[in-house]
Amino acid sequence: MTEPPILRIENLSTRYGAVRALRSVNMTVRRGEICAVLGANGAGKTTLLRTVSGLQPPDPGSRVLVDGTDVTRLPAEAMVRHGVAHVPEGGGVIAELTVEENMRLGGLWRAGRRERGAKAAEMFELFPPLAERRTRHAGTLSGGERQMLAIGRALMARPRVLLLDEPSLGLAPLITRRIMRLLQDLRAGTGLTVVLVEQNAAGALSVTDHGLVLSQGAVVASGSSGELLADDRMRHAYLGF
Amino acid sequence: MASSLRRKQAPAAATARASARRGPAGLWNSLPVLPRHLLAALAALALVAVLTSVTDGLTALRVANVGYYLLAVAGLQLLVGFSGQISLGNGAFMFIGAYTTALMVLYTPMAPLAVVMLAAVAAGCLAGMLVGAATARLHGPYLAGATLALAVGLPAVALRFPDLLGGSNGLFFSLRGAPPALSGLVSDSQWKALVVWFVVLLALVVLATTSRGRLGRRMRAIRDDEAAAATAGIPVGRTKVVAFVISAGCGSLAGACQAYLLGTATPSSFTLALSLSLLAALVLGGLGSLWGALWGALALVYLELAGEELAHAMGLGSNVANNAPVVFFGVILIVIVMAWPLGVQGALSRLGRSLRGR
Repeated sequence: MTEPPILRIENLSTRYGAVRALRSVNMTVRRGEICAVLGANGAGKTTLLRTVSGLQPPDPGSRVLVDGTDVTRLPAEAMVRHGVAHVPEGGGVIAELTVEENMRLGGLWRAGRRERGAKAAEMFELFPPLAERRTRHAGTLSGGERQMLAIGRALMARPRVLLLDEPSLGLAPLITRRIMRLLQDLRAGTGLTVVLVEQNAAGALSVTDHGLVLSQGAVVASGSSGELLADDRMRHAYLGF
Repeated sequence: MASSLRRKQAPAAATARASARRGPAGLWNSLPVLPRHLLAALAALALVAVLTSVTDGLTALRVANVGYYLLAVAGLQLLVGFSGQISLGNGAFMFIGAYTTALMVLYTPMAPLAVVMLAAVAAGCLAGMLVGAATARLHGPYLAGATLALAVGLPAVALRFPDLLGGSNGLFFSLRGAPPALSGLVSDSQWKALVVWFVVLLALVVLATTSRGRLGRRMRAIRDDEAAAATAGIPVGRTKVVAFVISAGCGSLAGACQAYLLGTATPSSFTLALSLSLLAALVLGGLGSLWGALWGALALVYLELAGEELAHAMGLGSNVANNAPVVFFGVILIVIVMAWPLGVQGALSRLGRSLRGR
């Protein structure tokens, strides 16, 4: 018997008022895969993540299944308990809280203080620059450190699926490469599944297993990263390289 | 086992030694949060006791006024400054506390003051829960509008039920002043000021400890980025309702203290102007810090007084003189916000940082 996909999206649609932002999106991600969601500005990439993580209500008939469990219409805070962590665009770190407080925020819904402490220590080991700045306010961090903190905070919840929205936004290529390498290490070490939204299609496809291309809220192509990279027409029309 | 204990104690001992080396400030900061807040409250109560013992009865009453305004503004601080929700209706919760106190004293005269105060807090929390649950999905001007309706509508309830709530005259009652054992040592107004400040400081200890803890971090996360807070697993709606409940409880307790101090509960004391003044005091004092609530409360009491004295000195007619304190407060608020956009506490914090940097 084959294992069910960790994330299955069926007929997912949503709208902002009269504007249809997603149109019957179907997508399957298997455990331990890194999947890229690509497309131009306004294609619906961020909306896809927001709808999966419960921040944006889906239209009737949509289905989101995590490890076979229907989680459609669950609020965002409940999605974390189902193993889905979302790092929104820009990271969403809380500038007024310290690095450590931000980090622990990700594990707040877990009751055990000791467990939170141990997980936070693990995260600081994973991100040494943050360990050095743990008592500083998050507002004083650089862009790369903020992104690390946002990812660390999401990992505090011990997710099975990590939804990552534009982690390279405003970052130097070197930092972006480090973050991409980190995702691969996490996948190798913990079996984490990642859905990665990226503008930088070439960079994203170099670390992902497969990808999905959105245009005006609908899927226009999907396949392995190699297939997408090899399709010249697709690259020119939708991915801009 | 013993070695593991030694290992656990060693860092604590090292921290204590390091704190001692840093002097009194380091020692103070090394204390756990709750004992630190309790000690600070005890010191503040001693200060109030000294202040009221060397001043006249009128000053003692003003000091008590600062106390209950401090609590009302601090409750609003938790709601606005910490959780990012705007309320234009916290005066309504003071109304609930004052009338609960008046009704309890009139209809259950044997009830101890602590029970009366707890009943006022319970009534305020219940009202806060209802309002918070009804408005949890509202933001910005929509939330402000909903709470504004509360501030406008609730005092009218006293007029709707004149037999129970006394109509526009309100309810009058008398409470015991200083205990007989302290007769001659402490005047009634001094005693009442001490009781009000005892209650206020106890509530502030709860507020300060809460705002430094898990709930406070949740609130600040929601205030700064609601979506990020939700994706971190924070129950946004529930946390907002809890903030409303605590804020309403503080407002209600402040109203109870006012009623206890004055022996009256009248609808004219809880108009929309009060709710707006509480919010203005919060902005003037500084958002995001309980110290800001103190500066705001001082401004509410003493700027009004200064405005009255100014109008009197200028020989203004009674119509103008009656509104002069509000105008004076407004002008000062504009000047302070223009000079210090983060309020008095923001300016003091900046001054402190620059002094430490030298």
